[in-house]
Amino acid sequence: MTATIRLQQEPFDAAAEADKLKRGRPDVGALVTFTGICRGDENGEPIAALTLEHYPGMAEAEIARHVEAAESRWSLLGVTVIHRYGRIAPGECIVLVVTASSHRHDAFAAAEFLMDYLKTRAPFWKRVEQASGATWVDARSSDDAAADRWSTPLGRRAAAE
Amino acid sequence: MKLVYFAWVRERVGKSEEEIDLPAGIATVGDLMTWLARRGEEYAHAFENPKVIRAAVDRAHVKADTAIAGAREIAFFPPMTGG
Repeated sequence: MTATIRLQQEPFDAAAEADKLKRGRPDVGALVTFTGICRGDENGEPIAALTLEHYPGMAEAEIARHVEAAESRWSLLGVTVIHRYGRIAPGECIVLVVTASSHRHDAFAAAEFLMDYLKTRAPFWKRVEQASGATWVDARSSDDAAADRWSTPLGRRAAAE
Repeated sequence: MKLVYFAWVRERVGKSEEEIDLPAGIATVGDLMTWLARRGEEYAHAFENPKVIRAAVDRAHVKADTAIAGAREIAFFPPMTGG
């Protein structure tokens, strides 16, 4: 399987990244592309920008562990994960997950699994700049619940490997 | 041993990393947090609620009862909010 994991400050081209996963691959029958975008408000208040802090070294390793877990759980032909860090303005892309498989179920499920784990396990922290000041975004219990639903015995074994 | 801090833990402690000599009797990540909290006002503030602080030993997530013998780098940070 082709796996690409990148952390970068600069924006990415989601369509070009998706195209790379299917170019010259007649076995790819399904491609799922998820793009996370910086919203213009947080808790009902407009934001000027987000700043994403990350733990260099661990962030890449943690994403790689979850890509491997996804690969062992679903039949995948390619995965690309790109996560930006630094200052990001509303409307800009933050994160990209692309999954390729022969049939749609594997690509859909793996993309959702990867996003749920990125939200709760990848060492990134968002800080929002608003008129009232800059504050760290609180973790949401709904994100923990979303990640926990993948923790079947198979998922746990895959995540531990 | 190297300690690294992120997000509001880093801001409260007032530094992003430091080298420490681990005193005797500090066996687990939880022990280390208790010891750090007694190092001064900034640390007391950062570690006032250790239950919400997450930790990593040598860049892998761990729980508070994890032994730290042999660790090269221990990180403390709030719950993650990436994606």
